[in-house]
Amino acid sequence: MNKSVLIGMTALALALGACGKKTPPADIPPAVDQSANPPGTATDDSVDLIELPAMQADLIAKAGSDTVYFSTDESSLDNQAQATLAAQARWMLANPSVRGSIEGHADERGTREYNLALGERRANAAKQFLIANGVPEGRLTTISWGKERPVAVGSNEEAWAQNRRAVTVVVK
Amino acid sequence: MKPIIAALLALPMASAAVAQDSGPLEVDVVGGIQAPMAIAVPAMPSANGDAAMGRQIAEIISSDLRTTGLFTPLGPGGIAGYSYAEASNPVYATWRSAGAAALVAGYVEGAGTGRLTLACYLYDVTAGRELVRQGFAVNANNWRSAAHKCADLVYSRLSGEQPFLDTKVVYVSETGPKNARVKRIAIMDSDGSNHRYLTEGKATVLTPRFSPRGDKLVYMSYQGRRPRVYVMDVATGTERLLVPGTAFTFAPRFSPDGSQIVFSMAAGGNTDIYVVGANGGTPRRLTATPGADTSPSFSPDGNRIVFESDRSGSQQLYVMNYDGSNQRRISFGGGNYASPAWSPRGDLIAFTRIGGGAFRIGVMSPSGGGERTLTNAWQDEGPSWAPNGQFVMFHRTTQGSGNAALYAVNINGGQPRRMPTPVGGSDPSWSPLNN
Repeated sequence: MNKSVLIGMTALALALGACGKKTPPADIPPAVDQSANPPGTATDDSVDLIELPAMQADLIAKAGSDTVYFSTDESSLDNQAQATLAAQARWMLANPSVRGSIEGHADERGTREYNLALGERRANAAKQFLIANGVPEGRLTTISWGKERPVAVGSNEEAWAQNRRAVTVVVK
Repeated sequence: MKPIIAALLALPMASAAVAQDSGPLEVDVVGGIQAPMAIAVPAMPSANGDAAMGRQIAEIISSDLRTTGLFTPLGPGGIAGYSYAEASNPVYATWRSAGAAALVAGYVEGAGTGRLTLACYLYDVTAGRELVRQGFAVNANNWRSAAHKCADLVYSRLSGEQPFLDTKVVYVSETGPKNARVKRIAIMDSDGSNHRYLTEGKATVLTPRFSPRGDKLVYMSYQGRRPRVYVMDVATGTERLLVPGTAFTFAPRFSPDGSQIVFSMAAGGNTDIYVVGANGGTPRRLTATPGADTSPSFSPDGNRIVFESDRSGSQQLYVMNYDGSNQRRISFGGGNYASPAWSPRGDLIAFTRIGGGAFRIGVMSPSGGGERTLTNAWQDEGPSWAPNGQFVMFHRTTQGSGNAALYAVNINGGQPRRMPTPVGGSDPSWSPLNN
């Protein structure tokens, strides 16, 4: 063995200090408690944008729906979606004190990050239609939930169709 | 002074010094999956008669070696231990008759100052000689790390690969029903121990990724109902918004030197890739197509970035220079490709392949050649590399329930192994090797 290495190793062994002392180990490590800090149950993502449930119900009643739906991996608005958004735009113009947060969603058949982009694309399509129908852009924001907030929990065509959506959430 | 202490000083265990020998005993990282090496890992003797510690350390080493898929560990249960003196002078015949090709031996020295030293020896049982030894001195409360380092020493010496067992995993812990899932960032050792939560679950969080030194995370959070990228200091839990303002930012990853963060920003129905200093600054735009450009991941030399884009009409993988120049498609295998991650070795890109209604994890070279599929389930997505570039961790979602769990797979073959998490999990990020 190389002498200088041996000296270095000896020095390090000494520097480790207590190698030669017969004191007991400081602790016997406790068993790992994987139940510590159990998962919470609350979901609260609405700290800044405050939802207005009564106004939301009024939007649904007057405009027919707060939601429009999309084809797979698409963000274009079909005739039904355009009719719903036109009615939403009229409601927004009749209720100038509130704002709209357009929330775009995707079904579970896309990857997580791509679906965030797709949800934004859908929310923006709805937002642009509302703007074209007279709603001031400053009253509208968009967010994307990707595939993180499905309304239908199945893994089938019917559930996926319900989840490919943009929801106009009334906020103040 | 007892004989073992004299032996320790005569043959000191120092982490800086490794006595190595290039012997014939080695495990083939490809063929070894079909023919794992039998390796004895008996309970180690401990100072002060603390037999529990020596046995627990041997159990961790045994478990670690089993998870590599390259070994069939024998012990510590069901096989005899040995004396201090035998740690550095094993009775080879005993281990030969036990059917072991190799032996992991050693001993544990605890100190009153709260330090613990693990002496780790690897022997070629068939040839009857020592292959490598190293000592690991750690804080006593970090004793599991010393065991992982010993297992890494054995794995590296016998496989020729870099270590990866003494690492952590950060991921998104998932609980609750599919339509109201609670997502929290959790961190654990890569064997599932020392599990703890880093966020409370009030705001949905996604895609936590380690900094190259493992001291920071970058991730996306919906706090304030505005999805944006944050940087968190792991030790303190302090978090900071990456890009000031309300812009929608996501899909973040650190550069290999930790100085930059590359991410996606979406506005007006268009998602592009940007890069910004990890400590702030003005984001610089790297892509400018009308498609969704996302999931960027740096090459280990920092010169290139792999990402996905649907600019061609479907999700495909592209590589560009770090400044956004020379963007070119690399995936041409049919179907769609998503969420690429560049291996820390630089030789492969892992990805999610979408086809036939399923997601599978695969790898290809950075030029797009040599594509291989590693998994086969309904939805496997979001690969993250072990620091040695030999294993990939991802999450597997169950059809119907949408429940997700973490799995790791050897890129050379073998079945994916489920990672132990207390509840569901997704979006794993494998840490660099612990210090």
